[in-house]
Amino acid sequence: METPSRTYIWVLRAAFLVSVLSFWEFSSGRLASEFFISSPSAIAVQFSRWVMSGTIFYHGAITLIEALGGFLLGGMIGMIFGVWLGRAELVAEVLDPFIMMFYSLPKVALAPLFVLWFGIGIDMKIYLAATIVFFLVFLNTYTGVRAVSREQVAILRLMGATEKHLLFKVVLPSAITWVFTGLRLSVPYALIGAIVGELIASNRGLGYLLANSAGQFDTTGVFAALIGIMIMAFFLNAAVKLLEAKAMPWRDLNSKREMSI
Amino acid sequence: MQAQSAAPDDDPRAPLISFSGIGKQFTVKGELLQAVENIDLDVYQGEILTLVGPSGCGKSTLLNICAGLYPATAGDVSYAGKPVEPYNPAVGYMTQSDHLLPWRDVAGNIAIPLEIKGLSKPEIKAQVEELMETVGLSGFGGSYPNQLSGGMRKRCALARLLAYDPETLLMDEPFAALDAMLRMRMQIEIRELCRRLNKTVMFVTHDLDEAVAIGDRCVVFTGRPGTIERVVDVPLAPDRNILHLRKDPDYRTITADLWDVLAPSITEDR
Ligand SMILES: Nc1ncnc2c1ncn2[C@@H]1O[C@H](COP(=O)(O)OP(=O)(O)OP(=O)(O)O)[C@@H](O)[C@H]1O
Ligand SMILES: [Mg+2]
Repeated sequence: METPSRTYIWVLRAAFLVSVLSFWEFSSGRLASEFFISSPSAIAVQFSRWVMSGTIFYHGAITLIEALGGFLLGGMIGMIFGVWLGRAELVAEVLDPFIMMFYSLPKVALAPLFVLWFGIGIDMKIYLAATIVFFLVFLNTYTGVRAVSREQVAILRLMGATEKHLLFKVVLPSAITWVFTGLRLSVPYALIGAIVGELIASNRGLGYLLANSAGQFDTTGVFAALIGIMIMAFFLNAAVKLLEAKAMPWRDLNSKREMSI
Repeated sequence: MQAQSAAPDDDPRAPLISFSGIGKQFTVKGELLQAVENIDLDVYQGEILTLVGPSGCGKSTLLNICAGLYPATAGDVSYAGKPVEPYNPAVGYMTQSDHLLPWRDVAGNIAIPLEIKGLSKPEIKAQVEELMETVGLSGFGGSYPNQLSGGMRKRCALARLLAYDPETLLMDEPFAALDAMLRMRMQIEIRELCRRLNKTVMFVTHDLDEAVAIGDRCVVFTGRPGTIERVVDVPLAPDRNILHLRKDPDYRTITADLWDVLAPSITEDR
């Protein structure tokens, strides 16, 4: 089967982007009011102004700290609980309905409560992001630990493996694919947590920049802030992908090797 | 039914592994399925016991019970005089499917039992190197299981089994995916190893020639539910030369006999 070359695909992508942007630029002020849709050129100008003044970096750094902090905190606790509950069947059985109940709650609904508890500083956003991330990572880790092949465990037990051997040689490595699925899913959610927190109560961060621009009816500023958020999400995703490839070399090979059945 | 024949040389020693009245039922979708029934079998220290029989007659089931993976639903199994409990640590089990760890490369997979034993890194490395040489996997230490052929995976599992040096080896069609040359080399290797270290082996195979070539005794099963049809003594010398067996008249008669024992089950299956 012929696959189109990478360069060709990139050319097509660039063409697509350019045509969308040109159409937007053209429509602005002609098909729709510039007040509502702004225009790519204006957004670019605004964005570069923020880059020059460092505004975007200042607010971006705040949001990054919140999202990353929440991601690490929630991810860590999620993994620990996931492994623990995955191994302790009785506790898992007892807690199951409560966890599912809490899981189905949209976590951003906790934001007002968190404001009451933790104030409107950076820590409140970290906790909010962490809560969201926790559940994703926890559930994935838990599933991963549960999905460990019983045959592989039995084989190692016959070799005289202790619980510790099993944990480090089978359970964790086999759960790691699931853990990473949880982590990758969590990246956008960590950002959601941070930004929702900022939208609700804050005077710093990309979410604040967004809300502030909207408050001044500055559509251009809103779009520029959105672009900042998009760029950050892109880099966070890429970082997790990179980490994933490092942590699971056999996975990497899996996708690159020739398929055989 | 007393299926077992006398051990080689009418050995008066107590058997190492003893199955008495073993039956195993599985529940499949609420229905009971009798996998094996009335198995009486003694396995003696230092012998290679081969198991042959039609597919689905319960050979793997018997090995699983012996390894303590699950209990029998009837009868008793004892190992060295004691009832078998979950995860019999005295046996090494090379299962029918290889169950290699996909996140470890070949060398890493072979190293697992050595790591469990607590050997040092250089010791592990040296032993793994030697084992890969034995099973003909030299140079593939860095490959992951999903990059290997079926036969190579089997050889990796075999090297892993040899790495941990258990008292008794349970082998479920270990050489099924090997080419003829390598298979013969491994047969010689296993016989040599068992004689040198006085290992006990239960060896499942579908190849009657192999069953005779490497076995001291051969257990023939019939199917549905699996029972022991006959236990055949293999009257070949313990230090037989597997390479030259083909011309051995005893070998030819005994394989012919085995075919006759199994032949009825061929016509039955029709
Ligand atoms: N875990 C299980 N659950 C349900 N039924 C099983 C299970 N294991 C085996 N059986 C059934 O028990 C019977 C014997 O299976 P077993 O795997 O022991 O056969 P076998 O002699 O090893 O066959 P083969 O030569 O094809 O490997 C089969 O009918 C099979 O369907
Ligand atoms: Mg089998």
